[in-house]
Amino acid sequence: MDLMHDDVERLLLEATTSRSRKVKNRLASIWMFGSLCVAVVPLALVIGFVLFKGVGQLSLAWFTEDLPAVSRKAGGGMGPAIVGTILITLGAALMAIPLGILGAIYLHEYGGRGRFARIVRFMADVMTGVPSIVMGLFIYTVWTLAFGLNGFGGSLALGCLMLPIIIRSTEEMLRLVPDELRQGSYALGNRKWRTIVTVVLPAAFGGITSGVMIAIARAAGETAPLVFTIGAARNLNLNIFDGPMTALSVQIFGNAQTPFDAAQSRAWGAALTLVGIVFLMTILARVVSSRVARRHAA
Amino acid sequence: MSPETITQSSPAASGAAPEEILEPPVVFDVRDLDVYYGEFLAVRDVNLEVHQHEITAFIGPSGCGKSTVLRCFDRMNDLIDTARVEGQILYHGVDLYDPRIDPVEVRKRIGMVFQKPNPFPKSIYDNIAFGPRLAGFKGNLDEVVEQALRSAALWDEVRDRLKKSAMGLSGGQQQRLCIARAIAVQPEVILMDEPCSALDPIATARIEDLMQELKSEYTIVIVTHNMQQAARVSDRTAFFTTEVNSESDTRTGVLVEYDSTDKIFSAPADERTENYVTGRFG
Repeated sequence: MDLMHDDVERLLLEATTSRSRKVKNRLASIWMFGSLCVAVVPLALVIGFVLFKGVGQLSLAWFTEDLPAVSRKAGGGMGPAIVGTILITLGAALMAIPLGILGAIYLHEYGGRGRFARIVRFMADVMTGVPSIVMGLFIYTVWTLAFGLNGFGGSLALGCLMLPIIIRSTEEMLRLVPDELRQGSYALGNRKWRTIVTVVLPAAFGGITSGVMIAIARAAGETAPLVFTIGAARNLNLNIFDGPMTALSVQIFGNAQTPFDAAQSRAWGAALTLVGIVFLMTILARVVSSRVARRHAA
Repeated sequence: MSPETITQSSPAASGAAPEEILEPPVVFDVRDLDVYYGEFLAVRDVNLEVHQHEITAFIGPSGCGKSTVLRCFDRMNDLIDTARVEGQILYHGVDLYDPRIDPVEVRKRIGMVFQKPNPFPKSIYDNIAFGPRLAGFKGNLDEVVEQALRSAALWDEVRDRLKKSAMGLSGGQQQRLCIARAIAVQPEVILMDEPCSALDPIATARIEDLMQELKSEYTIVIVTHNMQQAARVSDRTAFFTTEVNSESDTRTGVLVEYDSTDKIFSAPADERTENYVTGRFG
């Protein structure tokens, strides 16, 4: 059975030029592009609004001065809230990052499929879904009622929020490190802990860093757990273990609820400052992890 | 161990021939080795001797246990939780599976090259320096790196880009890098688990040439799917095959025949070996 030239040509051409297929292709492309546009719109609007409404607040005084005694009047700054957000988030990160990464190393490199590891993994998944306000209430009960309002209570609450995110994202990154690398290291007479330190963690560094940054950014913007735990200070308080503090997210919440123009502007300014801090940290993380990645892989 | 299963010419048995030259010293003496994964018997009744400064090849169809046996020589099977070994592997007379033996120390003396090249995602230099640094090497690391790369016939290709990532090398270069990495810790033995199966014929030829050069300093055991490769490079060849277990429908690997490579390929004693090397099976 020989196929004639014309038959072959007809068969092949049919498949590529079919009208309905072309239309379907075009429609699907438009649909996907349209979805992307719709998804980008709220993101762009949020950033645009925050920039537009908040940029007028920024000045040297905004970053350095204490909050005004009366929020309905203009003046004063956001200094204590900026410092508060940074200190409280830093405190949370210092607790959650080492715990989370070590926990993930245990889960993936040591615990494996064991019963205990499975339970911990399940609990971490559940904890990721716990609303932040519940975490705030929990810390309020176990810390704030005993030790009073202070920044450390906020750090504890944010740390509890960050921990499961760091554990799960780090474990995921460790899973991506090929087993061949571990075997190559063992075959050279490297012990297990040293294989983890010298081969596995460097190979997963970029991914672990991004996971940690997502957790930090998420925590830095949390409001509910802080409302319960850190109180409401107007003045700069550098000691997270003693006395009330304030944070940007709490200031956004408080000021935006008032009917006064000055306070509402202050809320926009605080929002812009918070977005700026998260943005700067994200860029920093990208630079660090790409520099490490280049040293290892490029 | 049934005599009809394993036909083996041990030095003691065949050494009587007057023209036979003195056998090189024995590095590994495998005695009645069985390896289990859980309840499953993966390979049984392996008896063979690996001699110094020779290349010993393990051939046989898939699932015949040749890689499993190889991985006993550097205790890599320990990394599989369910793996269990019975019998003895004597390394210069010391049983590697003696409970007092530290598998990490075993692996420092017995290097391994894997089927898939597995350079670390670090620079070429750091890959080679990895082992010596681990061992706390105090000396001229640059010299060690150069020497290892020269021994692995890779120096001329990478001398200008030692600080570049090893991931940028071709597959064949990566495999030679892995050989250099193993050499840098100065092992006595290099185990190679199908080192060329992921490489093209030209890269394969280079690795085979390299093995011939390394033979004078190292003892090499290679697992290969490729009979021609075994015939080209090795001094002795062990042929493994699988046997179906009658009660459960599983397959267990057995060593059929172990002899000089010439004999295995020209005048095998066992019919199964002959069928395999002539291509009638497997």
